[in-house]
Amino acid sequence: MQMLGAAAMSLLGSLVNLDGPGRYVHWGFIQISVANLVVIGLMLLVFVAAILIPFRRHRGDDQ
Amino acid sequence: MTIDTTPDKTAPDSVAADRPEDADQWTAKLRHAAVEALPPERLLPDRQPAYVASWIYVFGVLTLAALAVVILTGVVLAIFGPSWWHESSTGLFVNSLHLWSVEVFFFSMVVHLWGKFFMAAWRGRRRATWITGVVAFVISVGAAFTGYLAQQNFDSQWISTQAKDGINATGAGAIFNVTNFGQMLMWHIMLLPLVVVLLVGLHVLLVRRRGVVPPFAIPLESAAGVEPAGPPRTTPNQEQS
Repeated sequence: MQMLGAAAMSLLGSLVNLDGPGRYVHWGFIQISVANLVVIGLMLLVFVAAILIPFRRHRGDDQ
Repeated sequence: MTIDTTPDKTAPDSVAADRPEDADQWTAKLRHAAVEALPPERLLPDRQPAYVASWIYVFGVLTLAALAVVILTGVVLAIFGPSWWHESSTGLFVNSLHLWSVEVFFFSMVVHLWGKFFMAAWRGRRRATWITGVVAFVISVGAAFTGYLAQQNFDSQWISTQAKDGINATGAGAIFNVTNFGQMLMWHIMLLPLVVVLLVGLHVLLVRRRGVVPPFAIPLESAAGVEPAGPPRTTPNQEQS
Protein backbone atom coordinates (compact mmCIF):
# COMPACT_ATOMS: atom_id res chain seq x y z
CA MET A 1 0.00 0.00 0.00
CA GLN A 2 2.86 2.36 0.89
CA MET A 3 4.61 1.43 -2.36
CA LEU A 4 1.46 2.35 -4.30
CA GLY A 5 1.21 5.68 -2.46
CA ALA A 6 4.85 6.48 -3.16
CA ALA A 7 4.41 5.57 -6.83
CA ALA A 8 1.34 7.80 -7.10
CA MET A 9 3.19 10.71 -5.46
CA SER A 10 6.14 10.20 -7.78
CA LEU A 11 3.83 10.18 -10.83
CA LEU A 12 2.06 13.34 -9.66
CA GLY A 13 5.40 15.01 -8.91
CA SER A 14 6.69 14.25 -12.38
CA LEU A 15 3.77 16.07 -13.99
CA VAL A 16 4.84 19.44 -12.61
CA ASN A 17 8.42 20.14 -11.66
CA LEU A 18 8.21 22.20 -8.47
CA ASP A 19 11.94 22.03 -7.78
CA GLY A 20 12.91 25.44 -9.08
CA PRO A 21 11.80 29.04 -9.40
CA GLY A 22 8.19 29.63 -10.42
CA ARG A 23 7.34 30.55 -13.99
CA TYR A 24 5.70 33.89 -14.69
CA VAL A 25 3.81 35.43 -17.58
CA HIS A 26 4.69 39.04 -18.41
CA TRP A 27 2.25 41.18 -20.39
CA GLY A 28 3.06 44.85 -20.23
CA PHE A 29 2.87 45.90 -16.60
CA ILE A 30 0.93 42.73 -15.75
CA GLN A 31 2.93 39.91 -14.20
CA ILE A 32 1.25 36.72 -13.00
CA SER A 33 2.53 33.29 -12.09
CA VAL A 34 1.56 30.40 -14.36
CA ALA A 35 0.09 28.62 -11.31
CA ASN A 36 -2.28 31.51 -10.57
CA LEU A 37 -3.17 31.83 -14.26
CA VAL A 38 -4.06 28.11 -14.39
CA VAL A 39 -6.31 28.47 -11.30
CA ILE A 40 -8.10 31.49 -12.84
CA GLY A 41 -8.57 29.51 -16.08
CA LEU A 42 -10.00 26.57 -14.12
CA MET A 43 -12.42 28.89 -12.26
CA LEU A 44 -13.65 30.31 -15.56
CA LEU A 45 -14.05 26.78 -16.94
CA VAL A 46 -16.02 25.61 -13.89
CA PHE A 47 -18.17 28.78 -14.00
CA VAL A 48 -19.15 28.18 -17.65
CA ALA A 49 -19.70 24.46 -16.97
CA ALA A 50 -21.94 25.25 -13.97
CA ILE A 51 -24.17 27.36 -16.21
CA LEU A 52 -24.27 25.00 -19.19
CA ILE A 53 -24.44 21.53 -17.63
CA PRO A 54 -28.03 20.63 -16.75
CA PHE A 55 -28.82 19.94 -13.10
CA ARG A 56 -30.39 16.59 -12.27
CA ARG A 57 -34.00 17.01 -11.23
CA HIS A 58 -35.94 14.71 -8.98
CA ARG A 59 -38.82 12.83 -10.53
CA GLY A 60 -42.11 14.50 -9.64
CA ASP A 61 -40.68 18.00 -9.31
CA ASP A 62 -42.81 20.69 -10.90
CA GLN A 63 -41.21 23.27 -13.13
CA MET B 1 -50.44 2.11 35.29
CA THR B 2 -51.65 5.64 34.67
CA ILE B 3 -49.58 8.47 33.34
CA ASP B 4 -50.04 11.93 34.78
CA THR B 5 -50.29 14.32 31.81
CA THR B 6 -50.99 17.49 33.74
CA PRO B 7 -48.34 20.15 33.02
CA ASP B 8 -45.61 20.46 35.61
CA LYS B 9 -45.84 24.03 36.82
CA THR B 10 -42.24 23.94 38.02
CA ALA B 11 -40.83 22.87 34.63
CA PRO B 12 -38.79 25.49 32.74
CA ASP B 13 -41.27 25.47 29.78
CA SER B 14 -44.10 26.77 31.91
CA VAL B 15 -42.12 29.79 33.08
CA ALA B 16 -40.60 30.49 29.66
CA ALA B 17 -43.94 30.62 27.83
CA ASP B 18 -45.37 33.92 26.65
CA ARG B 19 -47.23 35.75 29.36
CA PRO B 20 -48.95 39.10 28.76
CA GLU B 21 -47.25 40.66 31.78
CA ASP B 22 -43.81 39.77 30.34
CA ALA B 23 -44.39 41.37 26.94
CA ASP B 24 -42.21 44.40 27.77
CA GLN B 25 -39.19 42.36 28.79
CA TRP B 26 -36.22 42.45 26.41
CA THR B 27 -36.12 38.66 26.24
CA ALA B 28 -39.72 38.51 24.99
CA LYS B 29 -39.15 41.36 22.52
CA LEU B 30 -35.97 39.77 21.17
CA ARG B 31 -37.63 36.35 20.89
CA HIS B 32 -40.62 37.75 19.01
CA ALA B 33 -38.40 39.81 16.69
CA ALA B 34 -36.20 36.79 15.92
CA VAL B 35 -39.13 34.46 15.22
CA GLU B 36 -40.82 37.11 13.08
CA ALA B 37 -37.66 37.72 11.05
CA LEU B 38 -36.77 34.07 10.68
CA PRO B 39 -39.64 31.66 11.39
CA PRO B 40 -38.41 28.03 11.66
CA GLU B 41 -39.92 27.02 8.30
CA ARG B 42 -37.90 29.75 6.60
CA LEU B 43 -34.76 29.15 8.65
CA LEU B 44 -34.67 25.48 7.70
CA PRO B 45 -36.95 24.98 4.68
CA ASP B 46 -37.66 21.58 3.16
CA ARG B 47 -37.83 22.86 -0.41
CA GLN B 48 -36.28 25.58 -2.52
CA PRO B 49 -37.73 27.47 -5.51
CA ALA B 50 -37.55 25.52 -8.79
CA TYR B 51 -35.06 28.01 -10.28
CA VAL B 52 -32.28 26.89 -7.92
CA ALA B 53 -32.03 23.63 -9.88
CA SER B 54 -28.76 24.73 -11.49
CA TRP B 55 -25.13 23.91 -10.71
CA ILE B 56 -24.34 27.61 -10.29
CA TYR B 57 -26.38 27.62 -7.05
CA VAL B 58 -24.21 24.86 -5.58
CA PHE B 59 -21.10 26.96 -5.06
CA GLY B 60 -22.40 28.84 -2.01
CA VAL B 61 -22.79 25.68 0.02
CA LEU B 62 -19.54 24.31 -1.40
CA THR B 63 -17.84 27.40 0.04
CA LEU B 64 -19.51 26.74 3.40
CA ALA B 65 -18.36 23.11 3.36
CA ALA B 66 -14.79 24.16 2.59
CA LEU B 67 -14.93 26.74 5.40
CA ALA B 68 -16.04 24.02 7.82
CA VAL B 69 -12.99 21.92 6.87
CA VAL B 70 -10.73 24.98 7.18
CA ILE B 71 -12.00 25.66 10.71
CA LEU B 72 -11.91 22.00 11.76
CA THR B 73 -8.35 21.42 10.53
CA GLY B 74 -7.29 24.77 12.02
CA VAL B 75 -8.61 23.67 15.41
CA VAL B 76 -6.65 20.40 15.15
CA LEU B 77 -3.46 22.30 14.20
CA ALA B 78 -3.96 24.67 17.15
CA ILE B 79 -4.40 21.73 19.56
CA PHE B 80 -1.17 19.95 18.60
CA GLY B 81 1.06 22.92 17.69
CA PRO B 82 3.85 23.77 15.23
CA SER B 83 6.29 20.91 15.94
CA TRP B 84 3.52 18.42 15.25
CA TRP B 85 2.41 19.96 11.97
CA HIS B 86 6.00 20.40 10.77
CA GLU B 87 7.49 17.06 11.79
CA SER B 88 4.93 14.24 12.08
CA SER B 89 3.38 12.72 8.97
CA THR B 90 -0.13 13.11 10.41
CA GLY B 91 0.60 16.74 11.22
CA LEU B 92 1.86 17.37 7.71
CA PHE B 93 -1.29 15.72 6.35
CA VAL B 94 -3.61 17.91 8.47
CA ASN B 95 -1.54 20.97 7.53
CA SER B 96 -2.02 20.07 3.85
CA LEU B 97 -5.75 19.56 4.42
CA HIS B 98 -5.85 23.06 5.96
CA LEU B 99 -4.09 24.57 2.93
CA TRP B 100 -6.09 22.73 0.26
CA SER B 101 -9.45 23.39 1.94
CA VAL B 102 -8.52 27.09 1.80
CA GLU B 103 -7.84 26.67 -1.94
CA VAL B 104 -11.26 25.03 -2.42
CA PHE B 105 -12.85 27.75 -0.25
CA PHE B 106 -11.52 30.58 -2.41
CA PHE B 107 -12.08 28.71 -5.68
CA SER B 108 -15.76 28.04 -4.94
CA MET B 109 -16.25 31.49 -3.36
CA VAL B 110 -15.01 33.21 -6.53
CA VAL B 111 -17.32 31.11 -8.75
CA HIS B 112 -20.17 31.87 -6.28
CA LEU B 113 -19.28 35.59 -6.48
CA TRP B 114 -19.28 35.60 -10.31
CA GLY B 115 -22.62 33.80 -10.38
CA LYS B 116 -24.22 36.25 -7.95
CA PHE B 117 -22.67 39.27 -9.66
CA PHE B 118 -24.12 38.36 -13.06
CA MET B 119 -27.50 37.64 -11.41
CA ALA B 120 -27.33 41.09 -9.72
CA ALA B 121 -28.00 39.24 -6.48
CA TRP B 122 -28.51 42.49 -4.55
CA ARG B 123 -31.96 42.86 -6.15
CA GLY B 124 -35.14 42.50 -4.07
CA ARG B 125 -33.92 43.99 -0.78
CA ARG B 126 -30.86 41.72 -0.78
CA ARG B 127 -28.27 44.52 -0.45
CA ALA B 128 -27.25 43.40 3.04
CA THR B 129 -26.81 39.82 1.79
CA TRP B 130 -24.52 41.05 -1.00
CA ILE B 131 -22.52 43.38 1.25
CA THR B 132 -21.95 40.78 3.99
CA GLY B 133 -20.70 38.40 1.27
CA VAL B 134 -18.30 40.99 -0.16
CA VAL B 135 -16.94 41.95 3.27
CA ALA B 136 -16.57 38.27 4.22
CA PHE B 137 -14.58 37.77 1.01
CA VAL B 138 -12.22 40.68 1.80
CA ILE B 139 -11.70 39.57 5.42
CA SER B 140 -11.06 36.01 4.18
CA VAL B 141 -8.23 37.35 2.01
CA GLY B 142 -6.70 38.85 5.17
CA ALA B 143 -7.19 35.57 7.05
CA ALA B 144 -5.44 33.63 4.27
CA PHE B 145 -2.67 36.23 4.05
CA THR B 146 -1.86 35.98 7.77
CA GLY B 147 -1.96 32.19 7.34
CA TYR B 148 0.76 32.37 4.69
CA LEU B 149 2.76 34.56 7.09
CA ALA B 150 2.39 31.92 9.83
CA GLN B 151 3.87 29.07 7.78
CA GLN B 152 7.29 29.44 9.46
CA ASN B 153 9.25 28.78 6.27
CA PHE B 154 11.15 30.73 3.60
CA ASP B 155 7.90 31.38 1.75
CA SER B 156 6.43 33.21 4.75
CA GLN B 157 9.68 35.18 5.18
CA TRP B 158 9.55 36.25 1.55
CA ILE B 159 5.86 37.20 1.72
CA SER B 160 6.27 39.19 4.96
CA THR B 161 9.30 41.15 3.79
CA GLN B 162 7.59 41.95 0.48
CA ALA B 163 4.30 42.88 2.17
CA LYS B 164 5.79 45.12 4.86
CA ASP B 165 6.63 47.83 2.34
CA GLY B 166 3.10 47.87 0.97
CA ILE B 167 1.48 47.79 4.43
CA ASN B 168 3.86 50.47 5.75
CA ALA B 169 3.05 52.69 2.76
CA THR B 170 -0.60 52.71 3.86
CA GLY B 171 0.36 53.70 7.42
CA ALA B 172 -1.24 50.55 8.83
CA GLY B 173 2.20 49.10 9.61
CA ALA B 174 2.19 50.98 12.91
CA ILE B 175 -0.41 48.61 14.33
CA PHE B 176 -0.26 45.71 11.84
CA ASN B 177 3.34 44.50 11.63
CA VAL B 178 3.56 41.66 9.11
CA THR B 179 7.04 40.70 10.34
CA ASN B 180 5.71 40.18 13.87
CA PHE B 181 5.04 36.44 13.86
CA GLY B 182 3.14 36.37 17.17
CA GLN B 183 0.79 39.16 16.09
CA MET B 184 0.14 37.56 12.69
CA LEU B 185 -0.53 34.17 14.28
CA MET B 186 -3.05 35.71 16.71
CA TRP B 187 -4.82 37.54 13.87
CA HIS B 188 -4.84 34.31 11.84
CA ILE B 189 -6.16 31.92 14.47
CA MET B 190 -8.38 34.25 16.50
CA LEU B 191 -9.48 37.67 15.21
CA LEU B 192 -9.94 37.12 11.47
CA PRO B 193 -11.57 33.64 11.65
CA LEU B 194 -14.01 35.00 14.25
CA VAL B 195 -15.02 37.86 11.94
CA VAL B 196 -15.25 35.57 8.90
CA VAL B 197 -17.44 33.03 10.72
CA LEU B 198 -19.73 35.75 12.12
CA LEU B 199 -20.09 37.41 8.72
CA VAL B 200 -20.70 34.12 6.92
CA GLY B 201 -23.30 33.20 9.57
CA LEU B 202 -25.04 36.53 9.07
CA HIS B 203 -24.82 36.09 5.29
CA VAL B 204 -26.52 32.67 5.47
CA LEU B 205 -29.25 33.98 7.79
CA LEU B 206 -29.90 36.83 5.35
CA VAL B 207 -30.13 34.32 2.47
CA ARG B 208 -32.73 32.45 4.51
CA ARG B 209 -34.61 35.66 5.33
CA ARG B 210 -34.68 37.18 1.85
CA GLY B 211 -34.59 33.92 -0.10
CA VAL B 212 -32.34 32.91 -2.99
CA VAL B 213 -32.26 35.59 -5.68
CA PRO B 214 -34.43 34.61 -8.67
CA PRO B 215 -33.30 34.78 -12.32
CA PHE B 216 -34.08 38.02 -14.20
CA ALA B 217 -37.00 36.32 -15.98
CA ILE B 218 -38.94 35.87 -12.70
CA PRO B 219 -40.51 39.04 -11.23
CA LEU B 220 -38.91 39.96 -7.93
CA GLU B 221 -42.18 40.51 -6.16
CA SER B 222 -43.12 36.86 -6.65
CA ALA B 223 -39.74 35.53 -5.58
CA ALA B 224 -38.93 33.72 -2.37
CA GLY B 225 -38.38 35.83 0.69
CA VAL B 226 -40.05 38.95 -0.66
CA GLU B 227 -43.61 37.79 -0.15
CA PRO B 228 -44.58 35.32 2.53
CA ALA B 229 -46.21 33.02 0.00
CA GLY B 230 -43.28 32.93 -2.45
CA PRO B 231 -43.18 30.91 -5.66
CA PRO B 232 -44.00 27.23 -5.75
CA ARG B 233 -41.27 25.57 -3.74
CA THR B 234 -40.85 22.51 -5.83
CA THR B 235 -37.24 21.47 -5.60
CA PRO B 236 -36.28 19.38 -2.59
CA ASN B 237 -33.81 21.30 -0.52
CA GLN B 238 -30.20 20.38 -1.30
CA GLU B 239 -28.82 23.26 0.76
CA GLN B 240 -28.08 25.45 -2.21
CA SER B 241 -27.45 29.11 -1.80
